[in-house]
Amino acid sequence: MKKNSYFKKFMVIALALAMVFTFAACGGSSDSGSSDSGAAEGAATIKIGCSGPLTGGASIYGTAVKQGAEIAVAEINEANPDLQIEFKMEDDEADGEKAVNAYNKLKDWGIQIMMGTVTTGSCIATSAITFEDRVFELTPSASSADVTAGKDNVFQVCFTDPNQGIKAADYIAENMAGKKVGVIYNNSDPYSTGIFNAFKSEFESKGGEIVAAETYPDDTNADYSAQLTSCKSAGAEVVLLPIYYTPASVIMKQAKDMNYAPTFFGVDGMDGILDMEGFDTALAEGVMLMTPFNPWSTDENVASFVEKYQAAYNEVPNQFAADGYDAIYALYDAFKAAGLTPDQANEEICDAMIGQFTGGFSYDGLTGTGMTWNEKGEVNKTPVICVIEGGIYVDK
Amino acid sequence: MKMKIKNGKLSPYTKNSIISYGIVIIAFVVVTVLNSMGAVSSSLQGQLVPICAYIIMAVSLNLVVGISGELSLGHAGFMSAGAFMGIVVSGMLESSGLPDGVRLAAAVICGAILAGILGFLIGIPVLRLRGDYLAIVTLAFGEIIKNIMNIVYAGVDSNGFHLRTNPDLGLEESGRMLLNGPMGATAVQRISTFTAGFILVLITLFIVQNIMNSRQGRAIMACRDNRIAAESIGLNVMRYKLMAFTVSAALAGMGGALFGLNYSTLLPIKFNFNTSVLILVFVVLGGLGNIWGSIIAATVLTILPEALRQFADYRMLAYAIVLILVMIFTYSPKIKMFTQGLREKVFKGKNKTPEPETEGGV
Repeated sequence: MKKNSYFKKFMVIALALAMVFTFAACGGSSDSGSSDSGAAEGAATIKIGCSGPLTGGASIYGTAVKQGAEIAVAEINEANPDLQIEFKMEDDEADGEKAVNAYNKLKDWGIQIMMGTVTTGSCIATSAITFEDRVFELTPSASSADVTAGKDNVFQVCFTDPNQGIKAADYIAENMAGKKVGVIYNNSDPYSTGIFNAFKSEFESKGGEIVAAETYPDDTNADYSAQLTSCKSAGAEVVLLPIYYTPASVIMKQAKDMNYAPTFFGVDGMDGILDMEGFDTALAEGVMLMTPFNPWSTDENVASFVEKYQAAYNEVPNQFAADGYDAIYALYDAFKAAGLTPDQANEEICDAMIGQFTGGFSYDGLTGTGMTWNEKGEVNKTPVICVIEGGIYVDK
Repeated sequence: MKMKIKNGKLSPYTKNSIISYGIVIIAFVVVTVLNSMGAVSSSLQGQLVPICAYIIMAVSLNLVVGISGELSLGHAGFMSAGAFMGIVVSGMLESSGLPDGVRLAAAVICGAILAGILGFLIGIPVLRLRGDYLAIVTLAFGEIIKNIMNIVYAGVDSNGFHLRTNPDLGLEESGRMLLNGPMGATAVQRISTFTAGFILVLITLFIVQNIMNSRQGRAIMACRDNRIAAESIGLNVMRYKLMAFTVSAALAGMGGALFGLNYSTLLPIKFNFNTSVLILVFVVLGGLGNIWGSIIAATVLTILPEALRQFADYRMLAYAIVLILVMIFTYSPKIKMFTQGLREKVFKGKNKTPEPETEGGV
């Protein structure tokens, strides 16, 4: 075990220096970021930061929010030379620990308002810190009720998971009365479990009957035949899938293989299924889903957004893109309505923004008109129920 | 710590211990001083506690992988047990009005005890296996702990503590969910501090280095180097391996509690196979059996991905390249010969005969 002592000393010094340089590198740089949408020089500028998954399994959500937000920022900066937005997005890989790191990085950059984060777990982690730091936070898409619970500075653009479960239960109880309902959900996913628990209590209180509630442990699961067989033998006519579209696509394929054709009912996680590579959209024909955003809608604002988005990124925007777009506009409108200026301290901005959002501020966006917020930070808007026909969403 | 001085020179163990303590204390003092001058960025400040937790994880895993010579792939499982135990204990004491420091200490101790018991129970069957089989079984146990955490629901109200495997805890209105199955723990009070992390790192170093430097430690290493020879002189191999494994698990539980109480939310899925491998990377990169190597590797590799944020999407690619380069530069025989030659030129006359690397080895 005896080693050259000078070598060890040399290594210690070298590594200690390496550590110091790493610390220094962290301390010093607060400039060039992952993605930075610049503002014009000289004008008053609000610094809005965001974190979301730009890499990893959930990256399509983060990327969509980023692209939607960038379109909104570009529109605002073009139309308002006197009050500009500087938008910066950091990657958090949908992980709470990385999200806190990303937020701290944005703090070094001089963040004034947080638009994020994109995913739920990250958002709970960062919102505890924005609450302490008094930075106003509006999340486009983090949907758990825990995101806003106990924090007066955090607001949501999307429905909470429980609210989504309740709205789905109400819709099915009213419009598909008497039908037997089966559910297949991911019991290791907070999103899926949150929707299911709320759906179950609301649906049963309305007199509905859940004939089969089947679970699976992981979205990478490849075989759902046991769950489908159980739903089929229980005679479920409607199968609720409060899950993301990847497992849902496998479920639809396997249901067809076993000649089982219930009405599949998806929630917002189902959005994106039509753009999935290698998925036969005919399988999704007749699927009902509750989504806040229909890119094929004839609404003028939606059409204009979709056109710009397609021109810039060559793809049809999903609801996350629309959420990101709405979040930026809602923040900007509230900021202006509160008469704030960017040179004010974060605490002042935060308090004034809370006053706006809870004081009857209303915003008409792509994901709902007449959006208002309650004291808890939850949004109130009407859900849109669509049905997939001929490869596009049709409003129901 | 016993100082062993032979022929006027410190023994390698003592020297390595001093280096480890030195690095940690100097880093703590430097960061604290810089922090008081406001020279530490928010980005680094936010990482101080996780760095301490990862150092504890790496040093404790080194006890199993480096010192005891068993490849364990389930270390995150013990971290998870400690983290959630710590969160539950801290949550239950929240209304007691105890100061944060006392609550953190209680949480850390309970986390360490639970993880230690788990380590002991898992160790009994697992350590009867060797090599690849042992690695696979530890991996499986790590996943089992993760999946158990996915169905554990716990809450507290005026009737006391409730623990079930389904969400219907029957809590009172004023009650509070502490663990919520796959949704993990939310609304955790963040009571971990850098100072607490620093103290826990020192405790870990003290325990691990004293074990290495003791009769038991030498027995553990003897079992690693030649099991048959160790058995032939009457060492109870199983007992010593179990001891290393249990201590390592308890320390991991401690690190987990520190980590868990640094975030307002924690999901069971955080402690999956990837986290186990991440900690193993710290250990291998720092050098098997090399404690201060683990400290530096854990620190640098935790900071690196954040320091590389400028590279945006290429950040993980850069991270991987750095990993490969470090591995090549530290372990390639040619590079070693080159640095050896360089050293001899710089420090003429001393230690002329190059000695083969004997540290570590699985």
